[in-house]
Amino acid sequence: MSTSHSNAADKFLKNRKYADWHDDTFWSVRQKRDRMAASLPEWERLRQAAAEIKDHTLSHLGDYLEQFADAAEKNGVKVHWAADADEFNSIVYDILSSHGVQKMVKSKSMLTEECRMNPYLESKGIEIVETDLGERIIQLKGQAPSHIVMPAIHLSHDDVGELFEKELCTEKGNHDPTYLTYQARLSLRDEFLTADAGMTGANFGIAETGDIVVCTNEGNADMSTSCPRLHIAAMGIEKVIPDYDALAVFHRLLARSATGQPTTVFTSHFRKARPGGEMHIVLVDNGRSEWLADSDHRKTLRCMRCGSCMNTCPVYRNSGGYSYSYFIPGPLGVNLGMLRDPKAYSGNISACTLCLSCQSTCPVKIDLGDQIYKWRQKLDSFGTANKEKKLICKGMEVIFDHPAIYNAATGELHLVNHVPDAILNCGLNPWAAGHKMMKFPKKPFHKLIKEVADPDDIKKS
Amino acid sequence: MKIGLFIPCYVDAVYPDVGVACYKLLKHLGLDVIYPMGQTCCGQPMANAGFEKEAVGLAEKFEDMFAGFDYVVAPSVSCVAFMRLNYPRLLKGKHECKAAEKAMDIVEFLHDVVKVKGPLGRFPYKVSLHNSCHGVRELGLSSPSENTGPRFNKIKDLLSLVEGIEVVEPDHADECCGFGGMFSIEETGVSRRMGEKKLQRHIATGASYITGADCSCLMHLAGVGAKDGSKPIGFKHVVEILASGL
Repeated sequence: MSTSHSNAADKFLKNRKYADWHDDTFWSVRQKRDRMAASLPEWERLRQAAAEIKDHTLSHLGDYLEQFADAAEKNGVKVHWAADADEFNSIVYDILSSHGVQKMVKSKSMLTEECRMNPYLESKGIEIVETDLGERIIQLKGQAPSHIVMPAIHLSHDDVGELFEKELCTEKGNHDPTYLTYQARLSLRDEFLTADAGMTGANFGIAETGDIVVCTNEGNADMSTSCPRLHIAAMGIEKVIPDYDALAVFHRLLARSATGQPTTVFTSHFRKARPGGEMHIVLVDNGRSEWLADSDHRKTLRCMRCGSCMNTCPVYRNSGGYSYSYFIPGPLGVNLGMLRDPKAYSGNISACTLCLSCQSTCPVKIDLGDQIYKWRQKLDSFGTANKEKKLICKGMEVIFDHPAIYNAATGELHLVNHVPDAILNCGLNPWAAGHKMMKFPKKPFHKLIKEVADPDDIKKS
Repeated sequence: MKIGLFIPCYVDAVYPDVGVACYKLLKHLGLDVIYPMGQTCCGQPMANAGFEKEAVGLAEKFEDMFAGFDYVVAPSVSCVAFMRLNYPRLLKGKHECKAAEKAMDIVEFLHDVVKVKGPLGRFPYKVSLHNSCHGVRELGLSSPSENTGPRFNKIKDLLSLVEGIEVVEPDHADECCGFGGMFSIEETGVSRRMGEKKLQRHIATGASYITGADCSCLMHLAGVGAKDGSKPIGFKHVVEILASGL
């Protein structure tokens, strides 16, 4: 019995030293988050408030989006609406081509990953330079992010050193992180100065003022928008929040949940283009309004992409970002993949023990584990349920539904004790893959109780 | 107070002594306990695997079998959590659902309903407490490490009534052991690795035993440990410790 996730996870676990480092690294992020949460007595109330603000906003999404777009337009910002990824990509391309842009610098945006914008624009001859250090590293390496907040976390400084030797002509063998970061800064400085456009994502859009708010640790969103005169912001429609009072709630939760910092180093507010410049906001639906109609899964739209569900998830920590077939890993990615295309991404549904640590951690209280349980119930209808597992469940139903069969079977289980390990480990017994077979007692409880209990305490069926 | 004793399938088949300890402990506390024959499974294994429809018949049987009891008590956190949280929805419009709402894990029953204060058994060992996921995050047996606010642990409270015991918790005190029902046979690699790490953390406490309120986690850890070559640690369900020497 296996799934796309379990197969990929097995490969990940083969490099034991690396796998343990991965687990420990994200556990330490989770611990930092715990310390930050504990430092605010009002933490749980903040989470509740954030969940309620998101639910309110999402249930009035059309109104808030119009208010946001009107306010932004009053600020002189050009607002575009994209129904899906293709439309988003072509809107961005039209803006860029009408300005004769040859190179665009951009800060990190999971939305542009979702829409596969970079390959599209590159196919049109536009150079895209990622400016978040982690994103830049994986761009140079030709990889996808393995985590939504720490996209290059899977690489060591030696990996980065070797990459930079090749791509940025750094000193051979000098893999000192400070040196490598400095070299990346030098290289990026040149890209900022020579780019014709800058793109940012949007952590929040403020309906009342039309502002977008971008949180970074490197200031690269500011550099991306301060050098080129053209700024394009890509924003999912679920990122709109009513006002600055709401922002105060989310802002206190975001960095604390994501990386265990009290705040990101930079929180950049963009309201209008600078003199002589142009600012565009592209609002992207790409399935979100359909998900809003799905009462089982709409809470997923509360997400502000902090990544804390991944950091706490023991399955993510022990299987790595690339073991998931959707571009977002962890509990969030399992759910978003299923919303995107259940047939294509059912292979990730197994990646959950239902421990529910994710939903206990989530700053906007998304019921991530409960939703995975719900998706599992639907796999059969998508035709993606595991046949072996289905057979086992049907078989269990027959046995458990008939106490006579059940009693006969459990009464004789001790005979399994005499089956040689070689047969138990033949590969047809998946339990034996990770466990030594248990020794079954001579008598199950329903027989033993008759010897122990007062006969009046046993009720015959 | 009439108590129905529910001994779920795998406890029945693999850990009958845990069932016996339950019965003895409840009787020791002077409670009126009945074990109805003909019990099997709550349906959780199928439901968590994605086939909750296969659990509906079992839910109906459970309701019929335990109708008329004031409480249904079981030594298995995740079965109780599954029934209490899911039966009302599964049985909606099909069958009355009362017994599942009165189902309690034996730890919460002893702690919250019986409010046991008196001395219990004697167990002069150091034990490492296994806080199982559904106990922590569904039944609220202890405060989840993810959440802020007051810290509590009902299992610890009960174990403190046992003479001679020393209770410790492992590093990552309420992290999943990797069992997860069908997860353990579908994601064998991750499940085993999580189990090995959990086991190592328990062993690192220097305890002689691992104890918890969910036999399924203990079964997983014992199986993982034995596969690796016998680990020098024993396994006891909480109720076996509470009842030891009674």
